[in-house]
Amino acid sequence: MIEIDQVHKSFGDLEVIKGVDLTVAKGEVVSIIGGSGSGKSTLLMCINGLEPIQRGSIRVDGIEVHAKGTDLNRLRRKIGIVFQQWNAFPHLTVLENVMLAPRKVLGLGRAEAQEIALKQLAHVGLSDKLEVFPSKLSGGQQQRMAIARALAMSPDYMLFDEATSALDPQLVGEVLDTIRLLAEEGMTMLLVTHEIRFARDVSDRVAFFRNGLVHEIGPPAQVINAPQRPETAEFLKSVR
Amino acid sequence: MFSTSLTANDLLFMLQGAWVTLKLTAAAMLIGTLAGVVFGLLRAAMPYATLPLSWALDVFRSVPLLIQFVLFNSLKSLVGLDWSAFTVGCVVLGVYAAAFCTEIVRGGVLAVPTSLRRASRSLGMSYWQDLRYIVLPVATRVAFPGWLNLVLSVMKDTALVMWIGIIELLRASQTIVTRIQEPLLVLCIAGLIYYLMSLVVARLGARLERRWQEDD
Repeated sequence: MIEIDQVHKSFGDLEVIKGVDLTVAKGEVVSIIGGSGSGKSTLLMCINGLEPIQRGSIRVDGIEVHAKGTDLNRLRRKIGIVFQQWNAFPHLTVLENVMLAPRKVLGLGRAEAQEIALKQLAHVGLSDKLEVFPSKLSGGQQQRMAIARALAMSPDYMLFDEATSALDPQLVGEVLDTIRLLAEEGMTMLLVTHEIRFARDVSDRVAFFRNGLVHEIGPPAQVINAPQRPETAEFLKSVR
Repeated sequence: MFSTSLTANDLLFMLQGAWVTLKLTAAAMLIGTLAGVVFGLLRAAMPYATLPLSWALDVFRSVPLLIQFVLFNSLKSLVGLDWSAFTVGCVVLGVYAAAFCTEIVRGGVLAVPTSLRRASRSLGMSYWQDLRYIVLPVATRVAFPGWLNLVLSVMKDTALVMWIGIIELLRASQTIVTRIQEPLLVLCIAGLIYYLMSLVVARLGARLERRWQEDD
């Protein structure tokens, strides 16, 4: 379970997260929607400790992420994250990209790591690109590789930071299909997304972020189809 | 008809000088690269804390190499160091190369996108694993052409060690010129040898770059 409790986060004088509460239960899919600058992406970076927080607490399976003694490298093994900018390692082939962390972080042997990588690459439909370097892949393929790379660590949670925002429109579908597949398999996920329809289809709950706060949260049938607050309705109208 | 008093022995003498030039270049680049990688990584990781280092290296980048050779040679005598001229040449050239290499490495490391490093850290890699498996390989590809330029430039700068009494290619050529009085021919040959040595280095470098390019 991810428990976010009264989290405040500032960059210098600019406070971007102003006391957010949010929990993601095991097996749940939660989407965060909202305008740019509402603190959605920053929150994801705080959950695996890539960004420090100023106040509040974030616990993952009861482990305090921002406590002094927390072994972040160990904690991050169970939290996969997929970024907006793919971030393929350009000097490694697709297979090597996915094998690297299992080998170096989990200490697996070559054969074992390769077996895992092959399985995850098949999962995202890239079995025919194993020896290819990322620069030869489309954006959608690179993003699917990034998903396989995160899955190869067998994480308990997957965080998606606007995973389709940097993609050409015709490539969005293949990545969303991959995420949908994970949702069906019961992966616990927190998605920051601009794909409202997708969020409605896959999420158990949707949170609307506004000005660094959770403005409205509930099942998609409520937040997206019948928003209770005028700002939510206004935002939904603006992105449709 | 074309005639010359240049003997096979003279040519051999020049080639021996060229060998000294190569040895100096290799030693200087070894020192310069090792120190440059360490300093460059430090500069990139802690830009403020390492400002004094950067000022010190600026001195070595800015003062003409000839002055550095002469000053260090005098310092050596003052302090009573029992170093050969060749060692002095290697050290001074090495420090000079390190000063440039530091900037090359720093530039390469800073060219690795922050988001790439976040991706590797988010997979659970430690700071050092990220450095070893992601930052260094990616930065190397960015920094390599600049580093290759440095090798070629250091190879020619080695000529300055003649002022502290080392006989390398240029000094050897001058000795022959003084004796046979055919500067045009001798300097052409010396230039050709420098050219060939540089060509080999440049070609090897280009081959490596091509191999990387096929990757990305």
